[in-house]
Amino acid sequence: MAATEQEILEGLGKIINEITGIPASEVTPEKSFVDDLDIDSLSMVEIAVAAQDEFGVEIPDDQLKNLKTVKDVLTFIQN
Amino acid sequence: MSANRVRVVVTGLGATTPVGGDVTSTWSALLAGQSGVNSITEDWVDTVPVKFAGTAAVDPTEVLPRPEARRLDRSEQFALVAAREAWQDAGAPGVAPERLGVVVSSGIGGINTTLSAYDTYKERGWNRLSPFTVPMLMPNGPAAWVGLDLGAQAGVHATVSACASGAEAIGYAMDMIRSGRADVVVAGGTEAAIHGLNVAAFAAARAMSTRNDDPAGASRPWDRERDGFVLGEGAGIIVLESEEHARARGARIYAYAAGVGYSADSHHITQPEPEGRGVIMAMTQALNDADIAGLDVKHVNAHATSTPAGDVVEVQAIAKAIGTHPLVTSTKSMTGHLLGGAGGIESVFTIKALQERIVPATINLSDPDDGIEVEIVRGANRELPAGDIAAVNNSFGFGGHNATVVFKGA
Repeated sequence: MAATEQEILEGLGKIINEITGIPASEVTPEKSFVDDLDIDSLSMVEIAVAAQDEFGVEIPDDQLKNLKTVKDVLTFIQN
Repeated sequence: MSANRVRVVVTGLGATTPVGGDVTSTWSALLAGQSGVNSITEDWVDTVPVKFAGTAAVDPTEVLPRPEARRLDRSEQFALVAAREAWQDAGAPGVAPERLGVVVSSGIGGINTTLSAYDTYKERGWNRLSPFTVPMLMPNGPAAWVGLDLGAQAGVHATVSACASGAEAIGYAMDMIRSGRADVVVAGGTEAAIHGLNVAAFAAARAMSTRNDDPAGASRPWDRERDGFVLGEGAGIIVLESEEHARARGARIYAYAAGVGYSADSHHITQPEPEGRGVIMAMTQALNDADIAGLDVKHVNAHATSTPAGDVVEVQAIAKAIGTHPLVTSTKSMTGHLLGGAGGIESVFTIKALQERIVPATINLSDPDDGIEVEIVRGANRELPAGDIAAVNNSFGFGGHNATVVFKGA
C-alpha cells in the first residue's frame, strides 16, 4: 500500500538529515535542493540511493537531474 | 648539511589511540602503564586465530558530525580527529594556503570500505554504492580530507611503506619545509585495519600474537615469551613548521624535527635482515642529517612490535648505530601496532618524552630475551636528563622499508 505524501516527506526528511545534517523540519515541499538546502549533486545521489532503500522506488540518473525541489521527489515517489 | 639550512620545529600534536582519544589522555595512560588491548566481539572473531586487538579508546563517530563521518572511511575519521587536535594545539597557525602542506599516510588504506563496498556491489548492485566509495577506499584519502579541511595547497601527499608509512610522512614533511615548498606541514599516519581479513592475513603470515587468554599481556616486546604483534588502530599527526615561521607568530615549540634517515633492507619481503644493516643505515643517516652524534641521543621509541624475529635485531642495531646508552622503550606494548599509524603516534610520544623528560616504561617485559645490550625501560618510567638532548623514533615496514626520525629538545 502506497505511503502518503506526509509519510514520504517525513522519511525523506530523515534521509536528508542523515546525509547532510540539515534538520528534517527544514525539508518542506517548496524547498529547492540546490538553492535552499545547498545540497550538491553527489549528495543527491546518496539521497536517491537511500530513498530507493526506504521507498522501494528507483530514481534513474536521467530523472534525478530533473528533481529540483522536495515536492518533485515526493511526486516522483508517489507516482 | 649546510649550516644555514631551514630548521623545522614541531608546534602541534594530535592523537587518537587505543589508550586515549587525544594526546593528553593517551600520554597519561602510557605513563600509567595501561594497555589498550582487549578482547574483540566482532562476528568474524570465531573465524580467525586472534581474538583481541587495540580498538580505539574513543570511537571517531562519537566525535565527528554524522553527515561528515558517513562519507569517511574509519582511517580518514581517525586522521581528521587527530589533525584537528594538532592544528588547534598549534594555535591554528595563520599561513597562506599555498604555503601549507599535508602528508598523511596509511599502510593499508580504506580496507573496511573496500570490503564492505564489495559486499554491497555483489549483493545489491553497483547503483547502491555510495558516490563516496572511491575517496573512502583510496589510500591518499586521509591526506586529501585533511588537506581539504585545512585548505592546504602547497601539496598533499601520502607516502605508503606499510608500517613505516607514518614516519616517512613526517620525514617527507620535513623535506617539504627544508626545500622551501611550504612553511607549515601537517603530517603523520593513520590506520583502521581491525577487520577479519587483515587479522586472517597477518595470522597467515604467522606475524600475530595468539595469546587469547591474556590480551593485555599479548604485546610484550623483547620478552622471551613474545609471539607476535597485536593489531591496533588510530592516528597520530603533528604540525611541522619552519622555525622562522613559528618564531614570527610566537608559537609554542615542542621540539626540533632535526633529522630523518631512510633505507631499504633489500633482503626479504617480510623478514627483517638479521644483521640489521638497513636499520643501522637509516639511523646513521638520520643522525648525520640532524648533525648530532650517537651520544646526543638519550631516548629511542623503538619499532619493536613483539615479533620473535624483529625486536632483538633492532636493539642490536641501535647499539651499533647510536650506542648502548639511550633509554629504549616500545609503547606498542600498550597501544598495539598501528601499522601505518605507528610512526605518527610514536613520533608524538617521542616528542612528549622530550618535552616532559620522561620515558614511559615498556609493559609486559618480565623476562628479556638474550642479546639485548641497550637499556630498555621497564618496571618504572625513567627520567631523561635536562639540557640539549635528542630522541629517535624508528619505524620499519613489510617490504624492508626503514625510516628513522630524530627530534631534539626545544
